[in-house]
Amino acid sequence: MKFDKDTVARVARLARIATGDAERKQLAGELSAIIEWIDTLGEVDTDDVEPMTGVGAMTPTWRPDEVTDGGIADDITANAPACAEGCFVVPKIVE
Amino acid sequence: MTALTDLTIAGARDLLAAGHVSAADLARAHLAAMERHRDLNAFITETPERALQLADASDRRRRAGDAGRLEGIPVAIKDLFCTKDVPTTAASRILDGFTPFYESTVTAAMLRQGAVMLGKTNLDEFAMGSSNLTSWYGPAINPWRAPGDGKTRVPGGSSGGSASAVAARMAMAATGTDTGGSIRQPAAFTGTVGLKPTYGRCSRLGIVAFASSLDQAGPLTRTVRDAAIMLGAMAGHDPLDSTSADVPLDDLEDALEAGVEGMTIGVPEEYRVEGMPAVIDDLWQRGIAWLEDAGATVREVSLPHTRFALPAYYIIAPAEASSNLARYDGVRFGLRCEGDDLVSMYERTRAEGFGAEVKRRILIGTYVLSEGYFDAYYLKAQKVRTRIADDFREAWTSVDALLTPTTPSAAFAADSPPDDPVSMYLNDVFTVPASLAGLPGISVPAGLDGDGLPLGLQVIARPFDEARLLRVARTIEEAAGFDTAPRGLT
Repeated sequence: MKFDKDTVARVARLARIATGDAERKQLAGELSAIIEWIDTLGEVDTDDVEPMTGVGAMTPTWRPDEVTDGGIADDITANAPACAEGCFVVPKIVE
Repeated sequence: MTALTDLTIAGARDLLAAGHVSAADLARAHLAAMERHRDLNAFITETPERALQLADASDRRRRAGDAGRLEGIPVAIKDLFCTKDVPTTAASRILDGFTPFYESTVTAAMLRQGAVMLGKTNLDEFAMGSSNLTSWYGPAINPWRAPGDGKTRVPGGSSGGSASAVAARMAMAATGTDTGGSIRQPAAFTGTVGLKPTYGRCSRLGIVAFASSLDQAGPLTRTVRDAAIMLGAMAGHDPLDSTSADVPLDDLEDALEAGVEGMTIGVPEEYRVEGMPAVIDDLWQRGIAWLEDAGATVREVSLPHTRFALPAYYIIAPAEASSNLARYDGVRFGLRCEGDDLVSMYERTRAEGFGAEVKRRILIGTYVLSEGYFDAYYLKAQKVRTRIADDFREAWTSVDALLTPTTPSAAFAADSPPDDPVSMYLNDVFTVPASLAGLPGISVPAGLDGDGLPLGLQVIARPFDEARLLRVARTIEEAAGFDTAPRGLT
């Protein structure tokens, strides 16, 4: 299996998703099957092929560098689970 | 007279203009249908009061001689579009309680053109799925039933609530979004028309992001003409979305009836996949015959990298999703589950807030982007994507459009979905390649399978050639004479 439980634990930590032992075991099976299927890409000859990093040949457009928005901290924090004085409130990280 | 809920946008527009019906009449009729079909779970949030206010305002504008393109037309909005002061959930628990203070560019344009929003439709969580079974709000249901078994069918996904609402005549049209087939596949499953425009046609601003290089908004309707009308209102350059294209859109309604005489239509041999049911192939052959009868030349073409499109997609889309969904951390909006420290708060919030399929994709995406795997997976997939786009470019040197089935089967029963993730992903085998290449595609309802469930044919065209795409689609629609009324729906 490409994905053992330790790999799931490592990736889940990177993704900041808590997982239990039983869940990691199930995910290991499911993610291994997906990765093995994805591995068929190895059959494609991609030597000298440029990666496609954007769709179409769009040229980015220029615009004036002006402030057009802002001063709406109350709107932005209105959906926050916790906020105070226009700021988001999070658990203390520095003692 | 036809029931108001059976009207197309084009038909309603004429009656509104002639003063035979009002926007308020249309809104009330559709709100009643929405209530009657609540068992289909097509809507996550119903906004009846707002709909009636919008309808009254629309009638006032019309009386003042100021009617927009969608003036008075009752529409449903996929709950992935941010709508000002109306909750927006992406069908995820993690956005619980989120109410945007801004409007997406696409819905703002529709409202400016007079659209009357009825509510927000159900979808697979974060638009990740082909069944609608992954919604935190429970699955939306297909109004079509197989007369034989009467089992509940899925409406497809991810825009399943939109498809169900349009098919069951709760809305005259709906918005959807399509990343790998999320407009076209549910359209095929529900006997509706689903149009994914060229990448860049519609602004992505204010649409909850899944995979930014693939996501594209488009309409679900009951006719090709209505798809043209909707796209006309939804599309347009947005300076606030750097991937939005500044390419003028022709008057698609004008182009619609021009037919396919003299056009060359390609049939990609690689889409004849192993194990494809005979009924799908038969429908495809009928589609070819319809286009030939209408004066088109049909020829085989080769898109040699087709079978690698799905695995490439399942690297690229999850990679982009893992990055886009990093913002759901319990700090700025939605759900927060407290933990011992900041990191455990993040981890618990995301564990509780995301469903199983979303977690799988975030983990796959995180893995393929992680140190040591980036080149082997992500970079490789981007190179394969180039190959797939090149296949299409080569095809355009000899054909004007491509004809394929939309899905490898009709809607499956809600109680027996494909039993592993990879089998579920195969639903999008015919829609994903065009998504990777950024091409416009449309699904047109074209027939029924042996169980009496709808099937769609897909047309794919060159970038920004929606005009030709719709001409082919209109020709198929006319030849198929498909009755879009779901059998068994009362």
